[in-house]
Amino acid sequence: MSDMSYVRSEMLPERTPPASSVGFVGWARANLFNGIVNSILTIVSLVLIFLVLAALLPWLFSPTWNSGSLNECRDILNGHEGACWGVINERWEQLLYGFYPNGSEAGSIDQRWRPNLAFLLLFVAVIPVLFNMISRRMNWVLLLVALAYGAYAIGGTLGMIAVVVLLAAAVFVGYKAFSSDKATRAAEIEAGAKRLPNPLIFTAIFPFLVPFLLWGGSIWVFVGAALGFVLAGLAYRYLSTVVGSLAGMIISVLVAIVWWLFMIGPFASAMDAILPIALEQIESRKFGGFMLSITIGVVAIGISLPIGIVLALGRQSDLLIVKALSVGFIEFIRGVPLITLLFVASTLLNIFLPPGTNFDIILRVLIMVTLFAAAYMAEVVRGGLAALPKGQYEAADALGLDYWKAQRLIIMPQALKISIPGIVSTFIGVFKDTVLVSIIGLLDPLGLSNAIRADQAWNGVVWELYGFIAFMFFVFCFSMSRYSMYLERRLRTGHK
Amino acid sequence: MKKTVFLGALTVAGLAAGASAAATLDDVKARGKLNCGVTTGLVGFAAPDANGNWEGFDVGVCRAVAAAVLGDANAVEFVPTTGKTRFTALASGEVDLLARNTTWTLSRDVDLKFTFVGVNYYDGQGFMVNKDMGVSSAKELDGATVCIQTGTTTELNLADFFRANNISYEPVPIETNAEGQQQYLAGACDTYTTDASGLAATRATFEDPSAHVVLPEIISKEPLGPLVRHGDNEWGDIVRWTLNALISAEELGITSANIGELSAAPGDNPEINRILGTEGNLGEMLGLDAEWAKRAIMAGGNYGEVFAKNIGEETPIALARGLNAQWQDGGLIYSPPFR
Repeated sequence: MSDMSYVRSEMLPERTPPASSVGFVGWARANLFNGIVNSILTIVSLVLIFLVLAALLPWLFSPTWNSGSLNECRDILNGHEGACWGVINERWEQLLYGFYPNGSEAGSIDQRWRPNLAFLLLFVAVIPVLFNMISRRMNWVLLLVALAYGAYAIGGTLGMIAVVVLLAAAVFVGYKAFSSDKATRAAEIEAGAKRLPNPLIFTAIFPFLVPFLLWGGSIWVFVGAALGFVLAGLAYRYLSTVVGSLAGMIISVLVAIVWWLFMIGPFASAMDAILPIALEQIESRKFGGFMLSITIGVVAIGISLPIGIVLALGRQSDLLIVKALSVGFIEFIRGVPLITLLFVASTLLNIFLPPGTNFDIILRVLIMVTLFAAAYMAEVVRGGLAALPKGQYEAADALGLDYWKAQRLIIMPQALKISIPGIVSTFIGVFKDTVLVSIIGLLDPLGLSNAIRADQAWNGVVWELYGFIAFMFFVFCFSMSRYSMYLERRLRTGHK
Repeated sequence: MKKTVFLGALTVAGLAAGASAAATLDDVKARGKLNCGVTTGLVGFAAPDANGNWEGFDVGVCRAVAAAVLGDANAVEFVPTTGKTRFTALASGEVDLLARNTTWTLSRDVDLKFTFVGVNYYDGQGFMVNKDMGVSSAKELDGATVCIQTGTTTELNLADFFRANNISYEPVPIETNAEGQQQYLAGACDTYTTDASGLAATRATFEDPSAHVVLPEIISKEPLGPLVRHGDNEWGDIVRWTLNALISAEELGITSANIGELSAAPGDNPEINRILGTEGNLGEMLGLDAEWAKRAIMAGGNYGEVFAKNIGEETPIALARGLNAQWQDGGLIYSPPFR
């Protein structure tokens, strides 16, 4: 017997895979040249891409950023094809802010920090709602930094002191946030350490702060508007135990309405007399460009979701009148094109309302776009409700939850999760639909592109303006769509 | 019951409408700003610059009226209107005055209940063709493809013209002027038709304007002028005579350069004196002060100066005065006398 064995007693060392199946070559073989047909397709595609880029890139990178008119561009390009970016250089601020005072008019000061600050605060306000990965402390850092920007924009000695204080506070909080890791912090909280206030408080203030920033006027009007909600909440809290929840709700709504209708004026003027805090008033006519689009878009998106949920629930309700109203509203609004509603807002209302009524045009448009979006949202949410297994409803009933608790704890979290792609599609659609306001004479980016072309210096510039506007819209819509995908991934809890 | 309440509300609204319409001047003075309807942008006639200040030929009318009434040529709130929203904006009181190159027609005057206070630009529909086509008259355009803005009077004029001359054409519908330019340059149509002033402005933007000609035929009358609502004749008078003051100023040689000198003391020409308020009480009759016309003229110069600055031959649009010359120079611009 020989002691030779046919069984290998030790592992061979791993060898690197052949060069043709790793790295770029391997990837290309697997993905691009996987068979004859695919190889041909790849080559054809590459040629096409090359042709497009070869035409596009020289056009895109043209040295015309500083030109002052289309003719100057032509002189610079000297017969070559190229974009005329001078128009963007001269007008990008107008495309972003419209006619918002930029300090060029005699006696006016640059007010554009207000939309800027509102835009920054938008992120501070929505982050705690949209992302739960960011810590409470980081949120306060963001808020402090945004407020520091506002103080810097207001300027003056007091403003500068505020900037320093706010930034110092931001650095302090930020340092504490970074210096302690999540686990130790959780332990501290467990041990009863004091936490910063919930950033959702700011989210609740935000809807009242932004109109104040954008339109200006006395701050007390907006404080008064917010107080209406506070009063209604208090009334409900104390009355519902006494007179029952339905009567309490009705009374609290009445309290708020009475407050808004009759008490805000005296309240605001009284507070103005004590402590006048006001920003220069800016008329809606001055709104334009992307500022207008974003304002309309954010308001419509923010308000249409709750209204849409209510409508969707109303449509499924057993109460006849509630159901009829919801179905009627949804079907009517969905049966009418948005542009028709906008025409109603801009022209018909003008005729029906008594002359001299100053019903702000942007407010009218906001209401119409919001209603329009809400009707679509209602159907999207209804889709989510319909997709939910009946067992979920029965389980909620079996637990003894009342209607609202069942909706809040069981039904809605699941239904909304199912509807996320639809909801975000509706959001994106609404945001893009805002350009329709150019038809009723509001100067949104598209309306402005026409107005800019009416300047003799830029008459004839088409692609550059549309390209810039399209790019900006793409940035917003693409981020929304990526966010929705993130949200879907995060909320995926089963059903795999 | 409900019906009567509704009717009552309507009546109140109607009365309120009558009451407010009768006092546009007071409204404007109380507001301190003139709401002036302009286009959302038309080369030479109205356009915002990079800082959002409106400029243009129609804008000049707004500024002159604001200067006459409020004493400040910048006290104007420009309300951009589209072709679809302009008339409701005026009828509903959203604007006090519409200076938006609007053609004076019978139906607009009578049926829509507006008062055209005059004509500040006589336009007409023309054709632009590429020189290579070798066409020298619109009557040679038999079988041509024509780029035409849909839903405008130009569309109807075009049909009338081709039918009257017994020739055929193929329309290429477009929505905006910008689209028309692109289509025409891309060769989608042989000829582009719109108002002659618009054609001139469009041609001026081409890389090689000399390769294109505007044909001599003008196939329609488009008297463009500012308009106000029916029912407030005092306000209509103010706008009408502000426009006339600009026109008379050119006729009488009052310019923004010499107006200070002329208005300092009464001169030899009584009409100049009356316009500038150094003699007579014309301003008082209008419900304004004596220097109203002086301010209107100083806002942007006389009619000729406003024309030259915005659309005249020195500008890229380079419109000749043509029909819009003073009547002594063979044009149609003519102001009734100031007396």
